Amino acid sequence: MTRSTKDSAALDYAAGGGLLSRRMLLASAAAGGAAGLLQPRVARAEAEIPEWTKAAGARARGYGAPAEAESAVQRAIIEPWQDVAPAFSLSGTPHHKLRGTITPSGLHYEVHHGGRPDIDPARHRLMIHGLVERPLQFDLKALERYPTVTATHFLECAGNSLFNAVMPEPMQAGCDMLHGLVSNTEWTGIPMRVLMEEAGVKPEGKWVVAAGADGPSLARSIPMEKIMSDGMLALYQNGERIRPEQGYPMRLLLPGFEGNMNIKWLTSLWVTEAPVHTKDESGEYTEILADGSSLQFTFAMGVKSFITHPSATMTMSGPGFYEISGLAWTGAGKVAKVEVSADGGASWAEAALAGPVLPQALTRFSLPWHWDGSPLVLMSRATDETGAVQPPRADWKARYHASNFLHYNAIQPWQITAEGAVQNVYL
Amino acid sequence: MSIFKLTAAALLLTATAARSEGPGLGQPLEASDIPFYATYVTPEGAGLPAGSGTAAQGAEIYAAKCATCHGATGSEGPVMPPVGPNDLWAKPAGSYWPYATTLFDYIRRAMPLEAPKSLSDDEVYALAAFILERNGVIDAETAMTAETLPAVKMPNHGNFLDVWAKQGAKPW
Repeated sequence: MTRSTKDSAALDYAAGGGLLSRRMLLASAAAGGAAGLLQPRVARAEAEIPEWTKAAGARARGYGAPAEAESAVQRAIIEPWQDVAPAFSLSGTPHHKLRGTITPSGLHYEVHHGGRPDIDPARHRLMIHGLVERPLQFDLKALERYPTVTATHFLECAGNSLFNAVMPEPMQAGCDMLHGLVSNTEWTGIPMRVLMEEAGVKPEGKWVVAAGADGPSLARSIPMEKIMSDGMLALYQNGERIRPEQGYPMRLLLPGFEGNMNIKWLTSLWVTEAPVHTKDESGEYTEILADGSSLQFTFAMGVKSFITHPSATMTMSGPGFYEISGLAWTGAGKVAKVEVSADGGASWAEAALAGPVLPQALTRFSLPWHWDGSPLVLMSRATDETGAVQPPRADWKARYHASNFLHYNAIQPWQITAEGAVQNVYL
Repeated sequence: MSIFKLTAAALLLTATAARSEGPGLGQPLEASDIPFYATYVTPEGAGLPAGSGTAAQGAEIYAAKCATCHGATGSEGPVMPPVGPNDLWAKPAGSYWPYATTLFDYIRRAMPLEAPKSLSDDEVYALAAFILERNGVIDAETAMTAETLPAVKMPNHGNFLDVWAKQGAKPW
């Protein structure tokens, strides 16, 4: 966020609550500089020269790390049963401390049903078997010789934003806790279709049961159609080998589908005629509806967005100019538009999308804003290319049983108090 | 080279390309090299091994290896109690899941969390029997085996809408 003392009377408003026209973005920032922020308060006899400018710096190092002053930028760890089952652990990406769209590999969210395994890449293998002409196995050395593709995609846990879904009162926490189980990565790997065709899928092979090499051998049934259209055996994450947290040495990537189907530490693809109803598609990742029946095989994630700047736990630094910024995505394809409201939904203005807008990828949106210091509610509402729109929380809740916390994609309102505190609220 | 030989060579190249765009480096996989967790027991019971276990036998194993996480009688938790439903967990394994076969496969591959794949097949059948009996789905006398487990009618079976079949990848 930046701020200026620009005269609000001259601003080009796009909606209520001080939302400015997208055209104002660059002009306002430039005006901020001209308004006197760059002027030193006290004239010095001699300008200070900091000590790092008067010494040799540190030597080169083999693997870089964030600046020491940034050491507080960490994933938020959630261990729901840390006393009895600490390996069932989660961590959320601190989106309120990040900008851009790519999630740094070390800050990618985690959901581990049985902890993070320590895999020897030399002994790991990928098996393709079941309804295939030629049951095959591949080691990493062989897979390294296959042609690769690169694509940027989000992964989102089906349980992302669970606290907003089920807590009666809004939890006051940052975007890491509230919405951190979504991340965005440039993945590089082998098109699944190439490996499946090498094994030769029989005509009756319509599903693939994928299993990981972790302790619980997490398994999901996946439609062959998805595997063959854009499934990827991912080997690289943002240009380097996939991190252990994300499935080293290889994972399945199914763009737009709920996180747990993108099997980490992938070791087996078993081709079957039908889904086998694994634990994760029987109870853990099914959604009970308001009438008591359940949804099964709900694969793609719905359209969703939230404002990262400003967001809950932040404090505004006084009235003036700010850039509202946030993230939007959809499992259905591309984000078509994001609207922002600064008056609790009474009026909306369309935000600018940072291009290129990629399918099944996080998209950064922004809108200039002049906050006059009065209390208000900020929120964003995304629409995807299929026309699907984020619902208000009450509409989402009405669809499901009270216990359901999966596939929550409701609008996130942030309340700004007169004191400048940013709080999570339900509207 | 004759026209015939050229044509044969071209056909061979086409056939290789149709098989795969990759270099074809997969190694043959023998059935004996496939561990059990690379498959899954189907709702019809395919993949179930020999063995047998009763609820009474399961109760002892449960008390020793499962109760810490799932609760003294299976409904207390804290971790996703298999007996219920209750306020802690609306989707208990022993009453909510559509197929009883999933109990066997999941316990065998994944439980207990700190020592997965350590239970014998008899122990896994006994634990499945204990959980089903505690949920009132089977009676105390019926042993779970490769024949009886797939025959168990789960109470919530038929109460699921298959979203993929209905609308494909369109989000619900």
